[in-house]
Amino acid sequence: MSAGPTPGSPMADAATATAAVEPIPPDAVPEAAGAPSPRGPGGVPRRREWLLTDAPASRSQAAWGRRYQAWLAFRRNPLATVGLAVILVMLLLILLAPVLATHDPGIQELGNRLAAPSAQHWLGTDELGRDVWSRLLYGGRITLGMVVAVVLLVAPLGLLVGCVAGYAGGIWDRLLMRVTDVFLAFPRLILALAFVAAMRPGVESAVIAIALTAWPPYARLARAETLTIRRTDYVAAARMTGASHARIVLRHVMPMCMPSLVVRVTLDMSSIILTAAGLGFLGLGAQPPLPEWGTMIATARRFILEQWWVALMPGIAIFAASLAFNLLGDGLRDVLDPKQR
Amino acid sequence: MTTRRNLLAASGAAFLPWDSLIRAAHAQTPPGVIVMAKQIDDIITLDPAESFEYTAQEIAGNVYQKLVTTPNDEPSRLTGDLAESWTASEDAKTFTFRLKPGQKFSSGREVTAEDVAYSLQRVVALNKSPAFIINQFGFTKDNMAQTIRATDPRTVVLTTAEPTATSFLLYCLSAGVGSIVEKATVSGRAQGEDWGNAWLKGNSAGSGPYSIVSWRASEAVTLQANANSATPPATRRIIMRHVADPSAQLLGLQRGDYDLARNLASDQIKTLSGDRSYTVVSQRKASLLYVAMNQKNPILAKLQVRQAIKMAIDYEGIQRNIVPNNYAVHQAFLPEGLPGALTEKPFKLDVAAAKRLLAEAGHPDGFECSFDFFSGAPVGDIAQALQANLAAIGIRPRMLPGEMRAVITKTRARQHDLALLRWGSDYFDPHSNAEAFSMNPDNGEDARNKTLAWRSSWNIPELTARTLAAVKETDTAKRVAMYEALQREHQQTSPFAVMLQELETAVMRNSLRGMQIGVLSDRTSYATVAKG
Amino acid sequence: MKARLGALAATAASIPITLLGLAVVTFFIGRVVPIDPVLAVVGDRAPADVVERARIELGLDQPLLVQFWRYLTDILTGNLGRSVMTSNTVWEDIARFFPATFELATFAILVAAILGIGLGVLAATRQGSWADQAVRVFCLAGHSLPVFVLGLISLLVFYAWLGWLPGPGRQGIVYQDMVEPITGLLTLDAALANDWPAFWDAVLHLIQPAGILAFFSLAYIARMTRAFMLAELRSEYVTTARAKGLSSTRIVWRHAFRNTLVPLVTVIFLTYAGLLEGAVLTETIFAWPGLGQYLTVSLLNADMNAVLGATLVVGLIYVVLNLLADLLYRLMDPRTR
Repeated sequence: MSAGPTPGSPMADAATATAAVEPIPPDAVPEAAGAPSPRGPGGVPRRREWLLTDAPASRSQAAWGRRYQAWLAFRRNPLATVGLAVILVMLLLILLAPVLATHDPGIQELGNRLAAPSAQHWLGTDELGRDVWSRLLYGGRITLGMVVAVVLLVAPLGLLVGCVAGYAGGIWDRLLMRVTDVFLAFPRLILALAFVAAMRPGVESAVIAIALTAWPPYARLARAETLTIRRTDYVAAARMTGASHARIVLRHVMPMCMPSLVVRVTLDMSSIILTAAGLGFLGLGAQPPLPEWGTMIATARRFILEQWWVALMPGIAIFAASLAFNLLGDGLRDVLDPKQR
Repeated sequence: MTTRRNLLAASGAAFLPWDSLIRAAHAQTPPGVIVMAKQIDDIITLDPAESFEYTAQEIAGNVYQKLVTTPNDEPSRLTGDLAESWTASEDAKTFTFRLKPGQKFSSGREVTAEDVAYSLQRVVALNKSPAFIINQFGFTKDNMAQTIRATDPRTVVLTTAEPTATSFLLYCLSAGVGSIVEKATVSGRAQGEDWGNAWLKGNSAGSGPYSIVSWRASEAVTLQANANSATPPATRRIIMRHVADPSAQLLGLQRGDYDLARNLASDQIKTLSGDRSYTVVSQRKASLLYVAMNQKNPILAKLQVRQAIKMAIDYEGIQRNIVPNNYAVHQAFLPEGLPGALTEKPFKLDVAAAKRLLAEAGHPDGFECSFDFFSGAPVGDIAQALQANLAAIGIRPRMLPGEMRAVITKTRARQHDLALLRWGSDYFDPHSNAEAFSMNPDNGEDARNKTLAWRSSWNIPELTARTLAAVKETDTAKRVAMYEALQREHQQTSPFAVMLQELETAVMRNSLRGMQIGVLSDRTSYATVAKG
Repeated sequence: MKARLGALAATAASIPITLLGLAVVTFFIGRVVPIDPVLAVVGDRAPADVVERARIELGLDQPLLVQFWRYLTDILTGNLGRSVMTSNTVWEDIARFFPATFELATFAILVAAILGIGLGVLAATRQGSWADQAVRVFCLAGHSLPVFVLGLISLLVFYAWLGWLPGPGRQGIVYQDMVEPITGLLTLDAALANDWPAFWDAVLHLIQPAGILAFFSLAYIARMTRAFMLAELRSEYVTTARAKGLSSTRIVWRHAFRNTLVPLVTVIFLTYAGLLEGAVLTETIFAWPGLGQYLTVSLLNADMNAVLGATLVVGLIYVVLNLLADLLYRLMDPRTR
């Protein structure tokens, strides 16, 4: 399936389309999604001018200017801004969990099970009388922590495999893409289930399992980008100066793949959240007493007819996080890929 | 086709799409048919000589008859099922059964001694999982032609290797594995040496009130009335539908899609028990929930530590708050309802005493150990409550939830520290549980009999001998007294904290009558269940 | 053209290698699952000799590589073994469970395609308007909702409270075992048997799970439709057509949309492939006896023949559909011709 330049099908992946984004010089890569901190001289108006000038004096000025313009474009997208805001608020909430939590998330009160929301328990209590609000706050750390862990595992791995395959070509390309295809051919949740079952249900195995199923699209994406980058002049130039292959891949090819990768990661966040929660729901993700959101729904679904709020609260949390990431990713894609706007 | 057409015609439905749209949305189960929502994915075979699972046993109990049985209203009394009478020889080794006349298989043929002998020989020859219940009397493939005989069309003679208490033999014969199948039908379906096992996995040839129409794994089992049965049931058809999710069972019950829900959780039962349109039927099952403490762990091997753990558990609080309708507090290895069961409850939550015992054992600050348990509800909830209980006296369990079979695999390999486990009795005799909990004839790694005591590496030559003596005792009253003494000692010394006994609860629409839940799964009977 | 078909043949030839990889991964995962497979056969109570016999019957006493080799040679002769849980051959099980998944996926993809294309075209023609934004939010919401939450809510509302739709399962009790299975698709079988009440019953049972799957898949289809349409609407010939005074409906549907069909079909095909893998969560909530549920249950019971067989079949379906999508794209798209 790796016969053509874009393996499988050209449409296999929505984000592949961003491969067509004009090449940005390697040193102009945004480290994080649209988070500029202009270090330009002077006050706000001058900084703005400096950033928006048509004739940048230096490469870094041009780079910052481009970032600033992306940020402006991003800000024009109200939905994406909402997404970003929601994510920031959530991060704040879970970072401040120890301050904001009204109870210890692990303390049981068997006599006060499944209580309705009240002044004492803002979101009610769960099946063992634990405070749902406090559990949600601490649970966010686990759920979002899992997501971050997966991304940290997946993005570099996929990037490496894809770049090496695309850059080296030939037998390496075939071999690596074959492995990628094998993993792609697996039903995603089933593979994750199998891995978790083989290890032992828990946060770590869930992270590894999701990572195992999530990397192939990144590899394909990175490979597709690499194939176009490989032919560009500056890679040829780098080669002429005698740079080693490793250096070219690491310093020149990989950074070029970053923008599309960032978009892909943001959009993937939501599906990782959903997979993690799905594993939790099937009893194979984080295990009780850990307050992971999917696990909380799984245990509370038994009470959905009578004490619906117990299951609904983590459901809303998952939905909000997932939607926020989707909105943000969608906005980022618009900014980074003008063709799809 | 005819069945449903008749049903629809009877309820006055016309064959118009819109009409059926409404019908499907507001389905009521048709008359003469009872629809039961139940978790039936435990079934792996319906052959009574092979099945050991709860649902399969329950079906066998309604499809087959045994020589003897125990009535649900007085579970320790033995009565004839197919047998009219029985006698034991002086030496307690030869037992003669006389069959009732006029008992018929679903094919219409009469049950003969030939069928009985065939069925029991079949169990011995196949030697599947439950066969040991019959085999423990010394029957083997080689001697079965002499030891299990039909001497005339209505007489069966069994010869045991050792002198045997009559009640022990009869209780064992009353287990699901003692079901009588029709020789003519089954032997006609045999492939090679399989004694018709492949065919009986999904079909039936019995004389019980029902026969099996179909089984589709993890989907449904359909039973229909055996018109030739000595007591034909009131209900024509029983459909057991696999509904994994208790909430879905509750919804379906409320919507009228099911007449009967079998796996509702305590909280759901609580909400329904106030509603007069439902009837709740509940029965103590021969099934225990207990904490096993592996004696390979040197800390848990200390008697004071074991006692401390038993005192740290909030039996009442857990039962009352988490599982009020699904479990009852019980602390002896023989569950209530079985002969010889001990109802004394010597342990209750006493944090101070438990801490004192831990300190005496040299662990004033507690210790850490692993804790395996099945993650499904409500066992997972109970495990978390136990975690909090143990933490109160300083023990820090590492929680290791898993699939039921994964937990069993681990404890069978003796790799656990603490484990929260469930044990259901195999047959009605006290020996079933006594053997499991208080016998360990060989504590070596390759022991033939890996009893529960073996799995916790509890080496007990003296208790083993006493348990063996109890099973051989032919005087019934003396035998019961021996079991009570065994249980009392077991409570104080064993590495098992028996906590709860399961209550099986079925909730049905109040138009239903006559559902009987048995202490053992194969005693649960649909014979008298009917729509009012 | 010939070169392209050659490349395609090479791709097709690589399928067995992919499947072999799949078998290797599944097999070895299966053997490290911490559940003793013998337990599923003989249960927890069996004496040691019965356990030992079962272990030998399952071939588990052999070294892993020997087991794997045996398994491979069996597959090549078309023998996937027997499932412990259902005591049927794995082929029989797949023949029973796959139609349920197929029926569900097909209904879902039909709904998703129709709605997704409609919404995508709407969004593209009203780019930047509130309608565009609304479509975007709707689609993203569908893609963000956990299927199991939506499923539970849907059951609660449409089944429990309103009573408009039937509950979990594929068929009403009254219709159970009544329709002669020909294709295994309940709707089709009922229609073939001219049994319209059973047909409507099956359709009603499909609405909730298929609707939820469709809602989830719709986002991708709508987004791609919008992107393709925007590209077409900006192209020169559309401007020309506008200048000539053609009605905008005509331009949108007859010209622009037509040109997006090829890539769209590919997108839909791939979404379909994903759905055919069996939607584990949806099937679990709606007690849908499909492949996803079969795989999950088998996995949790260490019923390895069933897991391996079903994974291979699912993988094969996925790979073949991918290949078909590829083929379609290459053959039909004028630009690649």
